[in-house]
Amino acid sequence: MSGARPILIVARLTLREAFRRRVLWALVGLTILIVALTWWAFSRIAEVTPVTGPVEMLGVSQILVMLAFMFSFVLAMTAVFAGSPAIGPDIENGLLLAVLARPIRRVDVLLGRWLGLAVVLVAYALVAGYLELAAADLASGYLPSDPLLAPPYLAAESLVLLTLAIVFSTRITSVAGGAIAVVGYGLVWMAGVAGGIGEAFNSDVLRGAGVVSRLILPSNVLWQGAAAALTPSEDVLNNSHLGSPALYRFSPFSGVAPSAFWLAWCVVWIVGMLALGAWLLRRREV
Amino acid sequence: MHESAAGAGGGATGPAIETHELRKQFGRIVAVDSLSMTVPRGEVFGFLGPNGAGKTTSVKMLLGLSAPTSGSGNVLGAPLGDVHARRRIGYLPELFRYQGWMTGREVLALHCELARLAKSDWGREIDDALSLVGLADRADDRTQTFSKGMQQRLGLGVALLGGPDLVILDEPTSALDPVGRQDVRHILSGLRERGTTVFLNSHLLTEVERVCDRVAVVDRGRVVAQGSIAELTAERGVRLRVTGPAEATAAIDGRFGRVRADGAWLAVDGIADADVPALVAAIVARGGEIHAVVPTRESLEERFMSLLGVAPDDAGSIGGVGGAGPVGGAE
Repeated sequence: MSGARPILIVARLTLREAFRRRVLWALVGLTILIVALTWWAFSRIAEVTPVTGPVEMLGVSQILVMLAFMFSFVLAMTAVFAGSPAIGPDIENGLLLAVLARPIRRVDVLLGRWLGLAVVLVAYALVAGYLELAAADLASGYLPSDPLLAPPYLAAESLVLLTLAIVFSTRITSVAGGAIAVVGYGLVWMAGVAGGIGEAFNSDVLRGAGVVSRLILPSNVLWQGAAAALTPSEDVLNNSHLGSPALYRFSPFSGVAPSAFWLAWCVVWIVGMLALGAWLLRRREV
Repeated sequence: MHESAAGAGGGATGPAIETHELRKQFGRIVAVDSLSMTVPRGEVFGFLGPNGAGKTTSVKMLLGLSAPTSGSGNVLGAPLGDVHARRRIGYLPELFRYQGWMTGREVLALHCELARLAKSDWGREIDDALSLVGLADRADDRTQTFSKGMQQRLGLGVALLGGPDLVILDEPTSALDPVGRQDVRHILSGLRERGTTVFLNSHLLTEVERVCDRVAVVDRGRVVAQGSIAELTAERGVRLRVTGPAEATAAIDGRFGRVRADGAWLAVDGIADADVPALVAAIVARGGEIHAVVPTRESLEERFMSLLGVAPDDAGSIGGVGGAGPVGGAE
C-alpha cells in the first residue's frame, strides 16, 4: 500500500471542506479588504510626504511592518482556529471512527489534515502578502529590502502555529489547545522583543530568553525574518539618524533575518512536532 | 500495535474472527476480560450483552481502533489492527456520524476511495448501496439534513461498500423504526446468502434471535456463553391443548415433569423428548382428548437473563410462547 495516497485523500477532503464551508471565500474577502486599506493608507502618506529620504522610508517601513504584524496575527489566529479542531472533535463526535476502520493509518489522517490546512494557509499568506506589498509599492513607491521573502516567512510562521495547534488537537480540547497556542504565540513574540532589547543593550539574560523561546516555539524566528525583509536596507538605516542598526533592534517592529541554523530548526521543529502528534494520536483511544 | 501492517496473507481459510484472552483495561476499570471467541466464516454472529458489558470496546479491538492491554487475535487471518485486512472489512460504528457538509453520495465516494476500490466501480457500488439502504432519493442531499435513522442507513451503506468479507455492525438498528429494522434483517439475510460474515453487536435480543446463526453473550467484559441459538436455548418441554375430565391431566403431574396451566394450554416442563408419547398415551388413557402438542424452547431473552442472573419480568410463564416457535431459525 502506498503511504502517500491516504494522506492525499485526507488533504483533499480537508481542502474540499474549506471550500464548501466558505472558509476560502472569507479569506478572499479579508484579503481584498486588507489590500484596499493598505493601498488607501499608503496613498495618503505619499500625498503628505514623498517617500524618498531615509527617514521617510524608515517611517513607511515601520507602518508596513506594523501592517504585516497585524496580517501575521490574522494568519496565526487562522492557523490556530483551523488546527485546534482538526482532530479531537472528529474523534469525540465519531466522525473518525468510520474513517480509521479503513486501510488508513492514524498518522495519515494527521498528516493529511496538516497538509490540507497548510495549503490553504500558505496560499492565503502568499497571495495576500504579495498583493499587500504591491499595493504599498504602487501607492507610495516604497519597496522593502527583500519584498519576495516576507510573505514566505509569514506563511512559514503560520505553519509553525498550525503544527502546534494540530498536535494539541490530538489530545486536548479545541478550546484549551487553541488558547495555549495563542498564548504561546504571544509569549514568544514578547520574548523575541526582549531578545532584541538584549541584543541592543548586550544583556545575556534577555538574549538568552529570546533564544530559549525560539527553541520552544520558533514562530518568532519567522516573524523576525518577515519584519527584516520589510525594513529598508542597512544603508538607509545608517543614514536615518537613529543611531546604529543594532539600536533599531530595540523597536518591537524590528526584525532580523534568521540564520541557516534557525531556519533548519524551524523545519526540524515542525517535523518533530508532527512526529509527536502522530505518537500521541496513535496512543489515543477513539 | 494496533496499526500493524503484517499483511493479510492466509486470510481465505480459517475463522473470520478468533480471539484469545483479549483484555482491555482503562486505568483500574476492566472493560474486557479474557475475551476468547471464534466466529466462523459465512455466519451471522451475534455479540450480546447489556449496556457497559464491553461490546463496543471489543469491536474496536477487533478493528484495531483500540489496542488490547493483553491477549491476541486474528481477523480474516491477519493480526488485530492489520491495516491491509481492513480493506476487506465493513464497519458501522455505534456512534455513527458522517461529514455533514457532504452529500450521501459524496460520503459513499469518500469511503470507496478510502477502501481502495477501483474508481471504475464506484458508481455501481454507490448506486447499489444507496438502493439497498433506501436512500436513493436523498443521495444528493447533505447528510446534515438527514435524520438519525437516515444517517444510520447511510452508515450501513458505507459498511457494505465493495462487498467486504466481514461486516461489523455495532448496534445497527438503534436509530431505526420497525420498518428500518426489518430492512436490516433482510440485508443481513442477503449477506449470509452471499457468504459474508457478519459480526452483529447488539443488545436487542429478539433481533439477534431472528437473524443470527451463533451468538456469544458477554457480561462485564467476559464471554459467559457462546454457541448456536439452539445450543444456548434448551428445550423446555411441551405444551398441550387438552380437553376432557380434570383427572386426565391431574394424574400425570410429577411423572413426566412439572405440569402447570398456561391459559387454555397445559405446559409440561422438563419432559424428555422420548417421554412425550407416553405422556400423550397417559392423558388419553384417562379420557383426555389431545388437540395439539407443541414443543417449547427457552427464549434467548430468558436464557440471556438467566446468564446475567436477572429474573425476567415474565419468568415462569411460557408465554413467550415466542419460545414455542422455531426460535433457532432465522426468518
